[in-house]
Amino acid sequence: MVPFGGWLMPVQYTGIVDEHKGVRNAVGMFDISHMGQFVVSGNGTRDWLNTMLTNNVAKLDVGQGQYTFLLNDDGGVIDDLIVYRTGDAEFLLVVNAAKVDEDLAWLEQHPANGIALRNRRPNFGGVAIQGPRVVDLFHELLGHDVELPARNCIRDFVTENMTVTIARTGYTGEDGVEVFFRAEDAAKLWNLILERGKKFGAKPCGLGARDTLRLEMCYPLNGSDLSAERNPIEAGLVFFVDLEKREFTGRDKLLETKTIGARERLVAFKMNGKGPPPRPHYALFSNGNQVGEITSGTLSPSLNIGIGMGYVSAASAKIGTPLEVEIRGQKFPATIEKKPLYKNQS
Amino acid sequence: MNVPDDLLYTKSHEWIRREGENIRVGITDHAQAELTDVVFVELPKVGTPAEAQAPIAVVESVKAASDIYAPVKGTVVEANDALTNNPALINTDPFGKGWIFALKIDNADDLKNLQSAQAYKDQIG
Repeated sequence: MVPFGGWLMPVQYTGIVDEHKGVRNAVGMFDISHMGQFVVSGNGTRDWLNTMLTNNVAKLDVGQGQYTFLLNDDGGVIDDLIVYRTGDAEFLLVVNAAKVDEDLAWLEQHPANGIALRNRRPNFGGVAIQGPRVVDLFHELLGHDVELPARNCIRDFVTENMTVTIARTGYTGEDGVEVFFRAEDAAKLWNLILERGKKFGAKPCGLGARDTLRLEMCYPLNGSDLSAERNPIEAGLVFFVDLEKREFTGRDKLLETKTIGARERLVAFKMNGKGPPPRPHYALFSNGNQVGEITSGTLSPSLNIGIGMGYVSAASAKIGTPLEVEIRGQKFPATIEKKPLYKNQS
Repeated sequence: MNVPDDLLYTKSHEWIRREGENIRVGITDHAQAELTDVVFVELPKVGTPAEAQAPIAVVESVKAASDIYAPVKGTVVEANDALTNNPALINTDPFGKGWIFALKIDNADDLKNLQSAQAYKDQIG
């Protein structure tokens, strides 16, 4: 167990590689009760959120969600999150555990009339169920004639007298859902899912596998790949920013970066051969000059080779660029690759 | 957790097997379980002088890189090259095929500073 955003979280249950492969080949469950769950409601919520978040909330119908950013005035990332429209004027924001207080403080500094904002954690918990067998497990839990929400959609269901909110999303690159429920139902639900999922190979997974799975997909981790000093354009995530919107926090800075070009970019790389795995803060070199630093790195359990991401100067950020990673004074060759680093079968 | 009685232990989770003037060193079952899947081992070169409690090798799991410390002063006389191609031996056989290096020790009295199996069991709870 390790401290994580104010919570004690398991790094692993049976082993990172075992859990990682379980998610890629069958199905795994992650306790995500540490994540913040903000409920925002009241007339005008949609327009207010649209001034606070980068993606276009106006594009969401009730029951739909989108990945988005909460930026500071300089365009730097305070948090990356998923916003769901759960009612005409009600939204659910699922945010990083370590950023709950900062997110709330920032949102409350930009108040709007008639809008209520509250973090419903710790009264609510969450479980992510991820992997190709998730549909089978879902049907086993909720009935074979029940339809799963479509990708990025969210809906309420009832199982064993418990109301659960299920979103078709995740952080692993596999088909999956995130399930939210009242805290008093947490233990019962966790055991129920594990029990019903047994025949599909369901196993509990910890933070270790969550990190290797997301990194193979090049999904950013806030605090490592994202920070208050980096904006979504530098991170290569401009797809989740609607620069057509007339007004949102950080927009001016993003337009400026777009015009003059990002000085550094977040790239994904693979090591060229066997060797020590790349780790955060190792220096990256190109043609003998340091061009950046690793923000995330590990040995990929799926590819069995070192992989990572890091910010490098824009001139050295092209796909195919050879890099060198300095590990304990020695340099090891790597190559910038297209994201994601791992492509699943489906 | 397996803690063989005939070995000595460090606080930093190395085990030590006395072999005449030499000692063989690896990491404990407890340590390999904590580290998770070992994916890379940086071995010391034969002939390297070792200082007590100074880092001499690196064991890397999926999770993190961890320094391995020389238990006492001496000189490296063997390194387990099998770990280069099969680092997971540390997970599957920590007290056997997963040994990391052997030292010729400068002074056998230094071994008195190491702890017994019982003391190590108490340490890891």
